[in-house]
Amino acid sequence: MTQVQMLITIAMCVIGTMLTRFLPFMVFPSGKPVPKYVQYLGKALPGAALGLLVIYCFKGVDILSGSHGLPELISLAVITALHLWRRNMLLSVGAGTAAYMMLVNFVFK
Amino acid sequence: MKNKPEIKAALKAAFPYTLPIMAGFLFLGAAYGIYARTEGLAAAYPILMAAVIFAGSLEFVAVDMLTSGVFDPINALVMTLTVNARHLFYGISMLDKYRAAGKKRWYLIFGMCDESFSINCTAQPPAGIDRSLFYFWVTLLNQVYWVSGAALGALAGGLINFDLPGLDFVMTALMVVIFLDNWLKEKQHYSSLIGLGVSLACLLIFGSGSFIIPSMVVMLIVLTLLRKPIEKAADAASEKEAQP
Repeated sequence: MTQVQMLITIAMCVIGTMLTRFLPFMVFPSGKPVPKYVQYLGKALPGAALGLLVIYCFKGVDILSGSHGLPELISLAVITALHLWRRNMLLSVGAGTAAYMMLVNFVFK
Repeated sequence: MKNKPEIKAALKAAFPYTLPIMAGFLFLGAAYGIYARTEGLAAAYPILMAAVIFAGSLEFVAVDMLTSGVFDPINALVMTLTVNARHLFYGISMLDKYRAAGKKRWYLIFGMCDESFSINCTAQPPAGIDRSLFYFWVTLLNQVYWVSGAALGALAGGLINFDLPGLDFVMTALMVVIFLDNWLKEKQHYSSLIGLGVSLACLLIFGSGSFIIPSMVVMLIVLTLLRKPIEKAADAASEKEAQP
């Protein structure tokens, strides 16, 4: 590929990404009322989108081979328990990541 | 124009929320920069893409496109729309919050990656903090981390040993915590359960490479069908809250 072709390819990635980010705001610009159904989606979608992101993070886990997803499962339990107990984001994320790193480096080698 | 103390206060409130992302983005960004170099790209490309595309998973795909030797801009556009379709849900979720942000909204929408969306969607900035400024700092800090990570990997990848198995789990841990925070404060759990259940089912059926768009379609259908019970549950919870 020539340099111009590479820059065009990158430009297509930018245009596509910005389309997915800007489209809802172009359809419903500031000052224009948002239909009731879309308002409902705006309230109902965050929980669903966050659920999708959580599954997305675990999509590479293979429960049939290797460590069978045990390091992920144990770390998930650590994060959930710690977060319900202390409600401290940095503590939960830090301890969960540390637990996972210990497990994949020393236990499930 | 906001005054300086207000801008500083918003930065101070936003920074702690971005700490896990600093760790994750510096590490993953560096991995991305190194990957681009080992695939044969000049250092400028991963850095440029980190700054102008700012969508992590797509940037890895873009490296493959650039090094495949085949020039196919239409395919690049279709791939991008497929990989990033989930942003549409983020936009609909953030309509109210970002439409109220004045001129800053253009940057907020441009920088709405998974992580900036998740934080800005769930975080409750302390009282007295300008919300738009808080969202702005979260988005900007995240982008600075990602571009710095990519530059570090692209320019110094050969010099530093980045091999820290498992550190990439920091992004997963963050998403789990954000999900839990949202779970604890949401008025009804239908949406979260639908999000988890539908995505998991689609992952098992369609596989990890192509489950996102089917998940989005099924979620929209289920949320539309369950609109009445979900609105009822949310209203009931609000009324309960309003009572002394």
